[in-house]
Amino acid sequence: MSTETKAQAASENGGERRLNMIEAINDALDIMLEKDPDVIVMGEDVGYFGGVFRCTAGLQKKHGKTRVFDTPISECGIIGVAVGMGAYGLRPVPEIQFADYIYPGLDQLVSEAARLRYRSATEYIAPMTVRSPFGGGIFGGQTHSQSPEALFTHVSGLKTVIPSTPYDAKGLLIASIEDNDPVIFFEPKRIYNGPFSGYYDKPAEPWKRHAQSVVPEGYYRIPLGEARTVAEGEALTVLAYGTMVHVAESVCREKGVDAEILDLRTLVPLDIEAIERSVEKTGRCLIVHEATRTSGFGAELSALVTERCFYHLEAPVERVTGFDTPYPHSLEWAYFPGPIRIGEAIDKLLSE
Amino acid sequence: MARTAKTRKTPAGNKGKGPAEDVDFALHSLQEAFEKAKRYDASEDELLAFYRQMLLIRRFEEKAGQLYGLGLIGGFCHLYIGQEAVAIGLQSALDNDRDSVITGYRDHGHMLAYGIDPKVIMAELTGRQAGISKGKGGSMHMFSTEHKFYGGHGIVGAQVALGGGLALAHKYNEDGGLCLAYFGDGAANQGQVYETFNMASLWKLPIVFVIENNQYAMGTSTARSSAETEFHRRGTAFRIPGMDVNGMDVLEVRAAAEVAFKHVREGMGPVLMELNTYRYRGHSMSDPAKYRTREEVQDIREHKDPIEGLKKTLVEQGKSEDDLKAIDKEIRKIVAEAADFAENSPEPEPAELYTDVLVEGY
Ligand SMILES: Cc1ncc(C[n+]2csc(CCOP(=O)(O)OP(=O)(O)O)c2C)c(N)n1
Ligand SMILES: [Mg+2]
Repeated sequence: MSTETKAQAASENGGERRLNMIEAINDALDIMLEKDPDVIVMGEDVGYFGGVFRCTAGLQKKHGKTRVFDTPISECGIIGVAVGMGAYGLRPVPEIQFADYIYPGLDQLVSEAARLRYRSATEYIAPMTVRSPFGGGIFGGQTHSQSPEALFTHVSGLKTVIPSTPYDAKGLLIASIEDNDPVIFFEPKRIYNGPFSGYYDKPAEPWKRHAQSVVPEGYYRIPLGEARTVAEGEALTVLAYGTMVHVAESVCREKGVDAEILDLRTLVPLDIEAIERSVEKTGRCLIVHEATRTSGFGAELSALVTERCFYHLEAPVERVTGFDTPYPHSLEWAYFPGPIRIGEAIDKLLSE
Repeated sequence: MARTAKTRKTPAGNKGKGPAEDVDFALHSLQEAFEKAKRYDASEDELLAFYRQMLLIRRFEEKAGQLYGLGLIGGFCHLYIGQEAVAIGLQSALDNDRDSVITGYRDHGHMLAYGIDPKVIMAELTGRQAGISKGKGGSMHMFSTEHKFYGGHGIVGAQVALGGGLALAHKYNEDGGLCLAYFGDGAANQGQVYETFNMASLWKLPIVFVIENNQYAMGTSTARSSAETEFHRRGTAFRIPGMDVNGMDVLEVRAAAEVAFKHVREGMGPVLMELNTYRYRGHSMSDPAKYRTREEVQDIREHKDPIEGLKKTLVEQGKSEDDLKAIDKEIRKIVAEAADFAENSPEPEPAELYTDVLVEGY
């Protein structure tokens, strides 16, 4: 971890080291920069300034300007250059400041990064990790709140990873950087500083009271493609990722529902076995995501659950998602798939 | 200003040569024409109008900053304080019946420059139904068909290509209008800007590209992000003439606008103007400003401020301090009313979430 973050963490440290998600990401980057000279961190404002969310704070100071550097505002160029760097053997970790700004680089991701391995029969690969904060709940309106994960899961040749806790963020980021395929690593910005219950009007909770904020020093990795069981239960299965893991968890706790909650952690590759095991046990499945509904990742999950667990299902699969509209500027909390909509879906599922 | 230290590069050998002897004449002739009459010869009424408009932007933005602090404005809010002379100098030279304007997210000043009611602008910032985009756009996304103002866009650089399209439509419709397309020094590094430069020059589109060079893109200074920091040169490869303008003097801006607009209206194709300016406040509202010193900001406020500069001119021409104070008082009242309106207007109905998505409703 960079000195700036280390000092911060140490002051809150009562034996175990507790980090928020930003610090955990910073820690993972720091470790990988240390461990592998091919790792390079780049992006808008990531070097001198340390990132708009401070995820790269102190890294340039510690690792120098050739390892951690600022780029111009050129998303297409940033991603394209990273593909070339990767093909030549480097392991770039470009940051796209908000997921909403990834679209100028979409061509490079879809046509180049995702396809290089296939069309060269693995002569060349693009081992890059595109980090990008995504999701809403921060009053960002339509250009700072989107959840575009399904655009990427739809593209063969890309992996999509979404952590929901500091512990996972570190382990998954390290695994992503070491992975030999291009990874889209979406960081749920609403929960950078603390888990979110879905009640925007309640005081924000810091990470330090959450068990998953205990982040060990040094290197560890969480393999891509393994879901995390957040809670075991019998009444229904909840499939979620990112911010919605915490919202769903708090709704289930509040309602006293014996839910089995799976945090998918990676959408591609997907831990389909864990999903099958759980749904076969509970017979009911709720899918929750912030992204818009039509062709969202929930549609894929719903299809998979129906295909694979049909004879175990006691009710149709339910989805709670964002509405099929742009992310609004006002009315954010009417749009956000929060406790009310999740609660209603649970009631419906359980009453069938 | 950091900027003044840079060397001026009027191509020495080309001085005074006409088009016949100099194949690149078009690329620098505009700057030469501008240098000849650098300050617009404004009438007394015009001077007062400029002063009033710039002051309105300043006071409006100060108020927006306060409302943000009170939690009445949420999310992102980019203030235009320091850059007032750019929007006023340029837009005062437009033909409002024909010309269109497009810009990025730092758009409050451009809206106000049109004389649009500050109430509906402020109400957009607070996300209310009465806002100019019905609370759907927020600070970064405001529009006015009445004034041919095409926004207000949050994605850095995207508006430049849209501006190319507006210009193409002006030409296609033969309506004699031009498009004024603003973008920042940071936005100037987006690839689509250069795709647009090429098309605009190739097709001789009536467009004025305006780079508001306020020295920073968020926390990144131009020197750390740009291989060519003389932004007015960025069009040279596309044979787009550039102009280098002091954006802290409204009269210089206006004089430059006259030269540029004339060129474009004569069907000569695009012009690229670099307006050297400075933003006093943070990039958006939560900016730790670690990337520049307090002294740097203070120095510009004290020595280059566009409003103070014009005030001096007005006083020299015989306006009394009292007259100017009265204007300030009047403007503060307009802004206070706008803030009241924005605070007390209702939020949009939840059903509004589903309107304006597609032609048909859901
Ligand atoms: C495509 C895209 N990338 C990044 C951003 C984030 N961003 C918003 S403003 C900004 C800086 C732009 O600076 P500049 O063009 O100089 O304009 P200024 O803010 O100085 O007016 C950045 C990086 C964005 N909105 N869109
Ligand atoms: Mg700028």
